[in-house]
This record gives sequence, structure tokens and C-alpha cells, in this order.
Amino acid sequence: MYGNAYIDPNEKFSSEEETPELVAAFQARIDAGEKIEPQDWMPAMYRKQLIRMIEQHAHSEIIGSLPEGTWITRAPGFRRKLALMAKVQDEVGHAQLLYSAAETLGKSREDMMNDLITGKSKYSNIFNYPALTWADSAVIAWLVDAGAIVNQLANSKGSYGPYCRALERICYEESFHLKYGHDNVVHLATGTKKQREMVQAAMTRWWTPLMHFFGPSDKASVHSDTLMRWKVKMASNDAMRQQFMDMYIPKIWDLGLTLPDPLLKKNIETGLWDYTEPDWEEFKRVINGDGPCNAERLAVRRMAEENGKWVARAINNEEAEHVRPFA
Amino acid sequence: MNNIDALKELLYKMADDQLIIGHRNSEWNGLGPILEEDIAFSSMAQDKMGQSEHLYNLLNQLGEADADTVAFTRNAPQFHCSHLVELPIGGYDFSLIRHFLFDFAEYLRFEALKTSAYQPLAQVAKKFFGEVKYHTMHANTWVYQLGHGNEESNSKMQESLNFAWNYALGMFEPGPAEEMLINENIFIGEEALQAKWLEVVIPLLEKSNLVIPEQSSWAPIYGGRIGNHTAHLQPLLSEMTEVYSIDPSADW
Repeated sequence: MYGNAYIDPNEKFSSEEETPELVAAFQARIDAGEKIEPQDWMPAMYRKQLIRMIEQHAHSEIIGSLPEGTWITRAPGFRRKLALMAKVQDEVGHAQLLYSAAETLGKSREDMMNDLITGKSKYSNIFNYPALTWADSAVIAWLVDAGAIVNQLANSKGSYGPYCRALERICYEESFHLKYGHDNVVHLATGTKKQREMVQAAMTRWWTPLMHFFGPSDKASVHSDTLMRWKVKMASNDAMRQQFMDMYIPKIWDLGLTLPDPLLKKNIETGLWDYTEPDWEEFKRVINGDGPCNAERLAVRRMAEENGKWVARAINNEEAEHVRPFA
Repeated sequence: MNNIDALKELLYKMADDQLIIGHRNSEWNGLGPILEEDIAFSSMAQDKMGQSEHLYNLLNQLGEADADTVAFTRNAPQFHCSHLVELPIGGYDFSLIRHFLFDFAEYLRFEALKTSAYQPLAQVAKKFFGEVKYHTMHANTWVYQLGHGNEESNSKMQESLNFAWNYALGMFEPGPAEEMLINENIFIGEEALQAKWLEVVIPLLEKSNLVIPEQSSWAPIYGGRIGNHTAHLQPLLSEMTEVYSIDPSADW
């Protein structure tokens, strides 16, 4: 599951050693639809942005496994428990795939993990909100994964080969998550009064984070243009948000659920959804560390890293006798 | 106690062990020492959970309530699991040693049950045996690796083994009606199973550079099979049933 990479608007975007010829040849390959592979020449900023993007994506997968993961031990009944375990396991598997993809660009998993737990690198903002009830986990599985698919399907058509290949597999798995989440929400929305109340409350809680999910409007960003030309970023935040609303608002309304935005309606003239801008100050606050769960999420990750260090020390001991893998 | 009751008792203890160890393994989500171990423990947890559901379905065919009701509405005294599986996950060293000790017992249990005279059980045992084989391979690879890794990892594994050993022996608590099952070739009995288990796990642990606790200190921790549990089980069950119990008649 993943939203969007956060781009620093003040970042310097080119380097003197990159001659116009090299950059032009690189651009020509991308324009011709070729994939860039790890051993190929690439502008430093292309590498840097991709590392950041893939790394943030990987972090989002493992941090994202936490809010839903807390519901594995509480899932009601075998069917839900088995499905949720498999889903969350997929997310951790996505992190593994993505860290490997990012490593092809020259940053080690250890360094990435370190940057995560020291707060240096970001992850999707949405996971800094709590999953307060079982219904929250259902809404996450349906709509956060749906949002992630919109984003990732676009990015899977991007220019960096290892990332695209990882995303294709990830999207395939996410589509099952979405079905699981939808089925779960449908059961709650058509269930007992208590279940309907739970899912409505969760939907109301998650609407703002979902609107934040694709990031602020990026129409005016110069960096965005470069990244789109390089096929690092494949669609604007606004376009993805609109696509998400178009696909899912009717489905949410079909279930008799309401959304906490009185302006929400499809504009017949523009073909786009009208909506109230979510509070972008809140978005900035949360992404900079001051959300309801930032501290808790990082503390859990830090604890896992800390507690697991002895295992890493033992398996990395060069003098130790190593077993041959079975497969 | 008649044959059916004896059979139910066997199925309950197996199903409850699988459910509770599966639940415990699933608690490693997000906390594994490396991502690959998060994933592995989740895989095994899913297998255990699926196996327990299968076994509850066999009980359902013998007149017990359906799997969800049985798993999600009983309290601790109605459970038949061993103390070993109830213990909290602790550190990775303890969870790994427990996984090793438990899964080799399961592996041998299912191997024996493949030829059970009770056909429905023999059938599922064949399927489970294939799954648990991989769990034992995983356990043995890691125990070997960490037993030989460095001094720190070896001593952690040794301490966990010392702590877990008597609990592990407690898995083989004899059932009150076991003779009946043995006579009818339904199950070989816990004593025979324990003997096979010792034959397998002792050499593997020794190969992993670990020392088996002195035989004079062996004192199996019994009670789980008759509903006496550690203080850890009821909180686990309360958590597990938290959502289900909001409305057990609802379709979740």
C-alpha cells in the first residue's frame, strides 16, 4: 500500500557533470519507451528520486502492516483471520521486494532501515492514523489499497525496470486485498445496526486521510515536470485523486454509507469531482512527525530492529558455520 | 468415556494447540528480526490456523459446534492446548525454539496419524504432514544457524531451550482415554510419540551446538489437556474474541 513520494520543493535538481548530451540520450531512451536498468547511466537526480520513492514505498509497506496487523489477533472468525494474515504478509513481502529494487540503485537495506527509524526518510502519511476498530481495518484494506493500486498501476508503467517489475507483482496481489477489503466492508455495511455504525464511523474517520493520500495538488511544481518527463512520476496527484474518487465514491454511496464532505459531487460540465480541499496544514504537520501515531509507529519499528540485532550479528558472523539453504 | 469421546479429546487437543500456536506466531507480524522471518512466521501461522479449522470441522462432523463457534466462544478452562503454546512470544530465540520443539512433535504426530484407523483424520494428517515438513525445515535451519552463529546467539538459544524444555515435554501429557485409541489403531499414544520425538530432536539440537537439559531435571508441565492453563491463555482468548463477541450471531 502506498500513497505518493513526498518531494522537497527546495531541492537542487541537476549536477554539472551531467552533460546535455548524456541527459538528452537518457531522455531519448525513456521517450522511446525503453526501461532503464541498474547498470545503465542515469542522472544523479533520477537515481536519487527513485531511491527516495522506492524506499518510501518500501517503508510504507512495513509501517502499513502495523495498523492492520493489530487486528490479526482480533479478527472475527477463521475466514477473516486467515485472509487478514495473508494480506498483511503480502505487504511485508512487498517491502522485501521493494528494498531489493531500491538496493539496485546503490543504497543498502540496512541504510534504508536506519533512515526509517531515525525519522530521516518518510513513509505514506496515512499510516500515521490509528485503526481504532475492526471496521477501520476493513476500510483500510478496501480503500487505502484501492488508492495504492491507482498510484502503483500508474507507476508500473514508469521507466525504471526493477521498480516496474516489482510493482506489477505488487498490484496483482493488491487487487486481492481490495476484494477482501470490499467484501469485509460490504458485510459490515449490510450487517447489524452495530456493524453499520462501526463502518460508517470508520469511513468518516478515514475520508480526510484518503483525500490526503495522493498528496497536495502538484500542478505548479517544476520538479514534478522533470519527474514526469523521466517517467519517475506517471500521473499528477490531482489526476490520481480524481480517478480514485471516480472509481470508489459511487461504490461507497451504493452501500448506503455517507462521506463527510457536503460539496462532494461529480461536476457534469468538467467531468471531475467537486470536493472540499482537505486540511493541507494537517497533512504537513503529520508528515513532519506530528500525527496521531508517528511516534508509536517508529517506536515499534525501532523496537523490532533493536530486538532483532543479535540475530543479524549471528548470521553475519563470517566465522560461523553456515547451513546450506534447502531450496 | 466411549470411543467417540476419546476421539474428540484427541482432536480438541490437536486443534487447540494449532489455533493457539498459530495465534502466537501471527503476533510476529511487523516485529520479526528480519523481514524474511516476519513472512515465514506469518506463513506458518496461516498453516496452523488452517489446520486447526480443519480439525474443528472434523469435530463438527462428530456433533460439536461449528469451527468459529468452537474457536471464538470458549473460555480458557474449556481449552485443551498445552502450556507450551500459550506462553507469550518472548524474544525471537524463545519463539524459534518453541517452533522447533512444537513442530517436530507435530511432524511426528501427523506422520503417525497418516495410518490412523479413523479415516477422516488419516486424510487430513497426510495433508498437514506435507505442510509441517517445511515448518521443521525452517526451524532446524534457524536453530542450527543461531546455535552456531556466535557466543551471544548460542547462549540465547541455550537459555530458551532450557526454559522451554519441560513445557515441551508437557505436550505429551497422556489423555485419560488413550488406551482406547491405541487399541483401535486410531493413535499411537503420547508416550510412544514422545519417545519418537526425543529420538529426533536430541541429535538435531546437539548438532546445533546446544545442550539438552540434564535428564534428572526433566519435569513435564502438564495440565493443559484437562483445562488447567497458564495465566497467559485467557488474555489471549479475550483478545482473539474481542470483535467476534460484539455480536456472535452477526455475519462478520
